[in-house]
Amino acid sequence: MKKQNMVCIACPLGCQIEVEHKQNGEDQYIVTGNKCPRGKDYGIKEMTNPTRVLTSTVKIKNAHLNRLPVRSIGEVPKGLIFKCMDEIDDVEVISPIKVGDIIIKNIMNTGIDIVASRSM
Amino acid sequence: MLNYDIVVIGGGPAGLAAAIEAKNNGVNRILVIERDRELGGILQQCIHNGFGLHIFKEELTGPEYAERFIEELLEMGIEYKLDTMVLDVSSDKVIYAMNTTEGILNIQAKAIVLAMGCRERTRGAINIPGTRPAGIFTAGTAQRFVNMEGYMVGKKVVILGSGDIGLIMARRMTLEGAEVKAVVELMPYSGGLTRNIVQCLDDYNIPLFLSHTITNIKGKSRIEEVTVAKVDENRRPIPGTEKVFDCDTLLLSVGLIPENELSQNAGVQIHPLTGGPIVNESMETSIGGIFACGNVLHVHDLVDWVTEESRRAGKNAARYVKDELVYNGAAIKTETGYGVRYIVPQEVRVENIEDNLQLMMRVSDVYRSAKMVIKLDDEVYKKIKKNHLAPAEMESVNIPVKDLINKDFKTITVALEVEEG
Repeated sequence: MKKQNMVCIACPLGCQIEVEHKQNGEDQYIVTGNKCPRGKDYGIKEMTNPTRVLTSTVKIKNAHLNRLPVRSIGEVPKGLIFKCMDEIDDVEVISPIKVGDIIIKNIMNTGIDIVASRSM
Repeated sequence: MLNYDIVVIGGGPAGLAAAIEAKNNGVNRILVIERDRELGGILQQCIHNGFGLHIFKEELTGPEYAERFIEELLEMGIEYKLDTMVLDVSSDKVIYAMNTTEGILNIQAKAIVLAMGCRERTRGAINIPGTRPAGIFTAGTAQRFVNMEGYMVGKKVVILGSGDIGLIMARRMTLEGAEVKAVVELMPYSGGLTRNIVQCLDDYNIPLFLSHTITNIKGKSRIEEVTVAKVDENRRPIPGTEKVFDCDTLLLSVGLIPENELSQNAGVQIHPLTGGPIVNESMETSIGGIFACGNVLHVHDLVDWVTEESRRAGKNAARYVKDELVYNGAAIKTETGYGVRYIVPQEVRVENIEDNLQLMMRVSDVYRSAKMVIKLDDEVYKKIKKNHLAPAEMESVNIPVKDLINKDFKTITVALEVEEG
């Protein structure tokens, strides 16, 4: 049995919720402290597979700035964020780049692409 | 002398939206003046996502949000000047600006939209004792260095202030390999949005010290340590509670100040609490034909509200140029009651409102289970139940114009009713 406290961010209310993980044959998650069903979904997702949009920058050459901002299209697993950052750190692109251009395809085999978040 | 119908000062989200909306409303001679080398303003350094949920119904990064407006401005053929600094604005709407290719520019406008944004409060403004070493940045300056210029500002970081930029930078510095040792907040609650506390601090186990402040800075050429102490209810440091953090960088996220030197020189009246111009329903300042929107008017937490407010300013600047705004002398004043710190706009001329009057406001403290009570003169017009109110989160109330017109109200008051206990 595992318990975790967190603040739900499904809305600005910010409920303090507690998620309890029970294993009696099958996985069971009990969310308490939430004031709406979205809190339950949030709590379970945070316990089972928390994911985040990742935003960062890559090096760019021949542009008016030294860095190109990039983002993930969709969310990457939270546990892979630093590994994704290592991959992003190694990339260098050359201007011109259009917003939405794919900079890294399928980062860390997550099925998620990293794209340019501006033209430069 | 150059002549334009509308000159917009500032090419960030506010200026872009105002210019586009003015053009959409039939005014063609529009000029946007921007002091940076590109349009987009501070959005260009806000590479995180979370922008545009209300306007575009999707979560964009700052640069993506900016680019949509820049593209639209370019497609519409709206003129703009980059690397151009406005030095002065006069009450008769002459703008003095300069750049390195055209020299001094004198521009006569029929209407002006002030969209200069805001500036960060610095160490000098909050008087932190100690030495004056390198390594102390405002959070926004550090953000620009890291995200645009490609310079890492430090490796062991303490952040003072839990405003959104401070929280966002705590995550950003962590992702880039720095160790963020603490975020220190003077108030008993954070100055940032809850989702930023969770996604920027909790996700990376960065401790947040509420009701704490920095009482000393040490270091000769580079900052070496800061002393953090708990504060009492009067925000005074409590002796004996000091902790020392060894660090090479201190980021300050201690508030934003609307940048109104130009407005003040023009003679525009400034509100003491918002730090921005006093405006009416059309976002028009105390000088007819000079409008204001975005962070120069009052500091926003979401760019979506900046866009909405700036569209209103741009549209009304166009109506002013076309002589469509009504001035009959009568105006309703908006007044704050218990728990409400300020309301924008401060004056309302009902005749100029097309559908809804939107009041934007901030509350003074964190409240749970409160009611927002709106009174027209002494009559209660509406009570709105609010589960959660916080100074960091701007509130807005819409009043349909049909409830206001031909009623001769003198005041609209918004106050909070808070349940005891």
